[in-house]
Amino acid sequence: MNTPDQSPLTSHESPSYSPLGYPTNLLAPGQTYETVNKTIAEIPLSHAPMSWRFGFFVAFLLLMMFLVAITWLFAKGVGIWGVNIPVAWGFAIVNFVWWVGIAHAGTFISAILLLLFQHWRTAINRFTEAMTLFAVACAGLMPLLHLGRPWVFYWLFPYPDTMGVWPQFRSPLVWDVFAVGTYFTISLLFWYLGLVPDLATVRDRARKLWQKKVYGFFALGWRNSASHWQRHQVAYLLLAGLATPLVLSVHSVVSFDFSVAIVPGWHSTIFPPYFVAGAIYSGFAMSLNIVIPVRKIYHLEHLITERYLNNMANIMLATGMIVAYGYFIEAFMAWYSGDIFERYMMMNRAFGPYGWVFWTLMLFNVLVPQALWSARIRRNTVALFIVALFINAGMWIERFVIVITSLNRDFTPSAWHMFSPTRWDWMTLFGSVGLFLTLQFLFIRLVPMISISETRELVAEREKATIK
Amino acid sequence: MKPEKQIPITDHRSPITRANSSDEFAPGASEWPAGLSRREFLRLSGATLALAGLGACTKQPLEKIVPYVEQPEVVIPGKPLRFATATQFNGFGQGLLVTGYEGRPTKIEGNPTHPASLGATSVWAQADILDLYDPDRAQTVTTGGGIKTLDDFWNALNLALESVKSAAGATLRILTEAISSPTLLAQLADVMQKFPAARWCIWDPLNRDNLNANEGLCDFSKAKVVVALDSDFLYTHPYALRYARDFSNARRTIDAGGARMNRFYAAEPTPTITGSNADHRVAVSAQDILSLTQIIASNLGIGTRPTGEVDNKDWVEAVVRDLNANRGAGVIIAGETQPPEVHALVSQINMKLGNNGVTISPVPPLALPANRIGFRKLVDEMRGGTVELLIVLGGNPRYDAPADFDFAAASEKVKLRVHHSVYFNETSRHSHWHIPALHFLESWSDTRAFDGSVSIVQPLIEPMYAGTSAHEILEALTGQSPRTSYEIVHTRWQTENPVPDFEAKWRRALSDGIVRELAAPSFPNHGESPALAASVSPPAEVQRTEVRRSRLELLFRPDVSVRDGRYANNGWLQELPRQFSKLVWDNAALISPQLAKREELENGAIVDLTFRDRTIQAPVWIQPGQAENSVTMPLGYGREVAGRVGRNVGFNAYALRTADAFWSGDGLTIRKNGARHSFVSTQQHHDVHGPRGILHDGTFEEFVSNPHFAQEKENHPSIGETLYNPKEYPYKGYKWGMVVDLNVCIGCHACTIACQAENNIPVVGKQQVAVHREMHWIRVDTYYSGAADDPEFTHQPVPCMHCENAPCELVCPVGATVHDDEGLNLQVYNRCVGTRYCSNNCPYKVRRFNFLEYNNGLSPTEKLVKNPDVTVRSRGVMEKCTYCIQRINAARINAELEKRTIGDGDIVPACAQVCPVEAIVFGNMNDTRSRVAQLKRSPLNYWMLGELNTRPRTSYFAKLRNRNAALVRSD
Repeated sequence: MNTPDQSPLTSHESPSYSPLGYPTNLLAPGQTYETVNKTIAEIPLSHAPMSWRFGFFVAFLLLMMFLVAITWLFAKGVGIWGVNIPVAWGFAIVNFVWWVGIAHAGTFISAILLLLFQHWRTAINRFTEAMTLFAVACAGLMPLLHLGRPWVFYWLFPYPDTMGVWPQFRSPLVWDVFAVGTYFTISLLFWYLGLVPDLATVRDRARKLWQKKVYGFFALGWRNSASHWQRHQVAYLLLAGLATPLVLSVHSVVSFDFSVAIVPGWHSTIFPPYFVAGAIYSGFAMSLNIVIPVRKIYHLEHLITERYLNNMANIMLATGMIVAYGYFIEAFMAWYSGDIFERYMMMNRAFGPYGWVFWTLMLFNVLVPQALWSARIRRNTVALFIVALFINAGMWIERFVIVITSLNRDFTPSAWHMFSPTRWDWMTLFGSVGLFLTLQFLFIRLVPMISISETRELVAEREKATIK
Repeated sequence: MKPEKQIPITDHRSPITRANSSDEFAPGASEWPAGLSRREFLRLSGATLALAGLGACTKQPLEKIVPYVEQPEVVIPGKPLRFATATQFNGFGQGLLVTGYEGRPTKIEGNPTHPASLGATSVWAQADILDLYDPDRAQTVTTGGGIKTLDDFWNALNLALESVKSAAGATLRILTEAISSPTLLAQLADVMQKFPAARWCIWDPLNRDNLNANEGLCDFSKAKVVVALDSDFLYTHPYALRYARDFSNARRTIDAGGARMNRFYAAEPTPTITGSNADHRVAVSAQDILSLTQIIASNLGIGTRPTGEVDNKDWVEAVVRDLNANRGAGVIIAGETQPPEVHALVSQINMKLGNNGVTISPVPPLALPANRIGFRKLVDEMRGGTVELLIVLGGNPRYDAPADFDFAAASEKVKLRVHHSVYFNETSRHSHWHIPALHFLESWSDTRAFDGSVSIVQPLIEPMYAGTSAHEILEALTGQSPRTSYEIVHTRWQTENPVPDFEAKWRRALSDGIVRELAAPSFPNHGESPALAASVSPPAEVQRTEVRRSRLELLFRPDVSVRDGRYANNGWLQELPRQFSKLVWDNAALISPQLAKREELENGAIVDLTFRDRTIQAPVWIQPGQAENSVTMPLGYGREVAGRVGRNVGFNAYALRTADAFWSGDGLTIRKNGARHSFVSTQQHHDVHGPRGILHDGTFEEFVSNPHFAQEKENHPSIGETLYNPKEYPYKGYKWGMVVDLNVCIGCHACTIACQAENNIPVVGKQQVAVHREMHWIRVDTYYSGAADDPEFTHQPVPCMHCENAPCELVCPVGATVHDDEGLNLQVYNRCVGTRYCSNNCPYKVRRFNFLEYNNGLSPTEKLVKNPDVTVRSRGVMEKCTYCIQRINAARINAELEKRTIGDGDIVPACAQVCPVEAIVFGNMNDTRSRVAQLKRSPLNYWMLGELNTRPRTSYFAKLRNRNAALVRSD
């Protein structure tokens, strides 16, 4: 890969911070090809640490709860949730938007940063791509669970029906099917393509026959030849190019679910950029929430250096500011439009019965992230973890505010009603977290969680620089 | 398969074999062959039959079908038939037309030729059909909890009658509800004749005894000024449907051609449908109505001395001035809840103003058999132990008798108690025998309307359970050989009308639903006039003391849904939002906002109500428009022995009701006890929240000076302002539309329940309504404006708007909601996957979703009430008003068969059909002469939320109020 001249990889000197206080190291000193191979590839090949087992157990329990919730849902119908008329969309849609948002960091890191030659993606792109896949899986389940008749979900797909009936293409929900479907497909391919050389490394290091066979099967006969690398890199770049617009389009399309509707609080042109920023915001927050503990448990500090965390925090701060601006503009436009419905919506959002949720959102998403201005906080993994948790919760609350407080009081006052979630709503939310975490734990256990080949590139870069 | 091989007749030269062998159309083949003997003919036919049998060798489904042994006349499977019959309301008849499919009644409508209906029905008549199929109805004769046959009962009754006979019936008492059936009354007269010492009694907890001889028949169509004093003549009055029609016609400014509108004043202690339609309404405590009436009377020059002061001087002055200015064109009417003094005064006022004979005519008196006693006397006799056989025909006195009568203890002294009723209720449980009564759709009878017109009640279905009718029981008392209700009713009429063409006239009466050419059965031994009714006692002297004002007043009112409790087990009525509070599945002690503030009460707070030394606990509901110190207790709840639907719903207000405070009484104390009750209300916001374009209203003067005042408040994008081709959908054929006239809509909710009956809308229960999942396709919103203690009310029925630019259609991902070429917004249940996006995007929120399977667990009888022309929706699909598309299609089929277009009035949606005031008009907007097209051209016509450019097909008429300039508030 091409490398810009002013590569910061060369810094050996011990205070590895820039004059502004940014950590500059992408790789701890003393890393060789073999240490990299060993650190990463040995994780799937050896026994899982106790902390993994415990974490997996908890996640699996949540997943089982999810199963119970879904089973009962399919048996009885969506009436077990708190949804009603007028609030016909409840937690399922909130969760959907939230998970899709979380799914954004992966592709953003992998594709956009790759195209922009940002080297601080190397140690985290695999994680975040996996996270993307799992988050999209959780997100994709939600609309299905949300349906009144989930057994006919496939009517949203344009399949050749003998009756000649097609989906109704003017509906944003159909666009969602395409947007999320495409996103999932591209993300999966991109993730797998990046994995192939690493799977070959694991295959080569495997000591048991079955491990060799399984990893060998998925390594697709990778032999590390120059022509393999040449084709791999071309395909990887092409996919990155394909994935880049998707980062912007997926959440724009999801935001159309709202902005195409005429509901006050939904019908707004600011939604696409504001949703995309929010998505990246929550995606990075979730990445930090995953990366920080994993880095600690598997002692990967020398590979996932402070610089990664710092940069991620910076991105969160930037996107967080965009989101805050979105909140402000929404309120301003409600007033400036002079529209009675918009104005009432804004007043209701802030001072109505769900006002406390709105102010919690402001606290979580606008106020707390301001801590990230401080380099000390950004370098403190515990503090960073907590801020990221706030942002994740805040982004979920944001979707709650958008979906529920807009619906509960729209045009016709006689129909206004409150929404209150039932235990099944909460079980679905936390159950989906269980699904996500279970998949994430399995990923950590079974697949090289950091790109071995790209980390080796970092070593190579450094060696090259040293020789110079 | 060659027939020659199988049939041993090939050698014969029969036409068949020849045709098979050579020429199919051989010359002369069609001629009957000469020489074909009888024997050969039979063999041939036998072969034909055998072949036909072979050809029909497909496997038939294993299903037993029972064909009609005799094809009934006029029954075509799948085609509904309509029969005229009548129901009873408060003892008075209301003409009905009942629709039935293959002998299964499914829908009740009003009979257009009946004067008390004119085609409309009340919510109760609509809901009667559900009672018919209620699985909780009494199904067998029971005694002491054991099941018996009807014959067992007849034997027991005859045995009891043996001892009764010896004393000329001195120990026999018969207790009935308010009845007006000529045949039943004549039978009763016979019983009284046979047992001269026997007595009978009428007990109706909602009786009209206060009116006595002062009952008048009002003609609101001629009244320019109407004054209602605690009268709910638009809703609970036995003639309410007719009154509402006449009243609304006098308000219909546009139709009248030239501006004309009546002016309506109301004074009442608690908001009623009637009062909510007043141009000037004052909230006055029930006991102040007398003073108010006296002041009006004395101002009109009637020599009365007002016994009290009232605060509403301006209102009284305005009333007096308007009444004086419209002599002979006014109506002043007081409710049955007011004491006889008020009615006497009201009569005098009407006479003084020359209204009698013009707007008010006497009600034809109802003759009642002799030997009638008051209810108090009956209970005293029972307590005294002189009653040995008590036959209770209908009603539920054990539950609804005045609390101070202690009916329960008194009835324990009666040796043999027989109760005859449709439901097994509190009284049945404490009777020795309970005999299931037949529903009026199962048995023959007759009834008499408020105005004296008589209808024959004819059944539409065979009795479903082992019951009998009151006619048969009375017949058994007179000791005649048992006859069916039909024979009893028919014979009575025939005997009364010995005319040669009786049968033809009888049939005409049946088909018309009203008897015009025959005289009703009569009897010689009349008792006193209804004036003696005095069911309870002469009303206690009204105690008026100076301290009274500081004391609270308690009002007992029939519930707007379950009335006196008889409809407690009716799910449709329990789930019908009460007109103002929109509460469902509950009653509440209604209190004024001022009282709530004073006592620090909020909705749902449970209070101890102490009245006449009795205390009950009841949750309160704050009702704007309630008189400050009046607490309203809706009767009919807290039933202990009802079906599964009605048991233990709400609290029993009868527990506080005494004879001296029958409708109201002062001296109530109210104490907060800290507990709370969770109410469920379908409308929680009664404020329109600014100029949202939902309601437009104005004054009559405003309208006269600027007829377009309402439309000028509108802000529509013009039809051309679109990126699309505005002429893309021209709607060349039919173009369906609807107008809802808010100006005449009284807010009775009949449309809601008619729609429920027509469109198979399920009852979802209190828990589901609590999470806002009620399924009504047309709801009635009530908005308050003005001060909370003196608000004005506006009712707005909201069905689907069938928008031309429907927001719901755009967002459905599977195209389950689409537009047709006649402008209907269709919902395709089969295609719906249940994303509920359409409901979110509907600004009117008229869509309803099957969150759960609401049609599960229906008993076989409950399934019978479903309209076969309408899909029963399953879980997970959206539904909404279809403009009764099944009726549109029925009319289309008829029109196509007759090779014509659908005419105006051929299609009447259920909501429009039931509407007593004809506020809902449906039709083809492309037909410029149709009523709907004419109405749409009116300057009052406006679109709800028209600003959103949805271009709704349902539009509204702005509400007008005919203000008296002298009373217009400075604000």
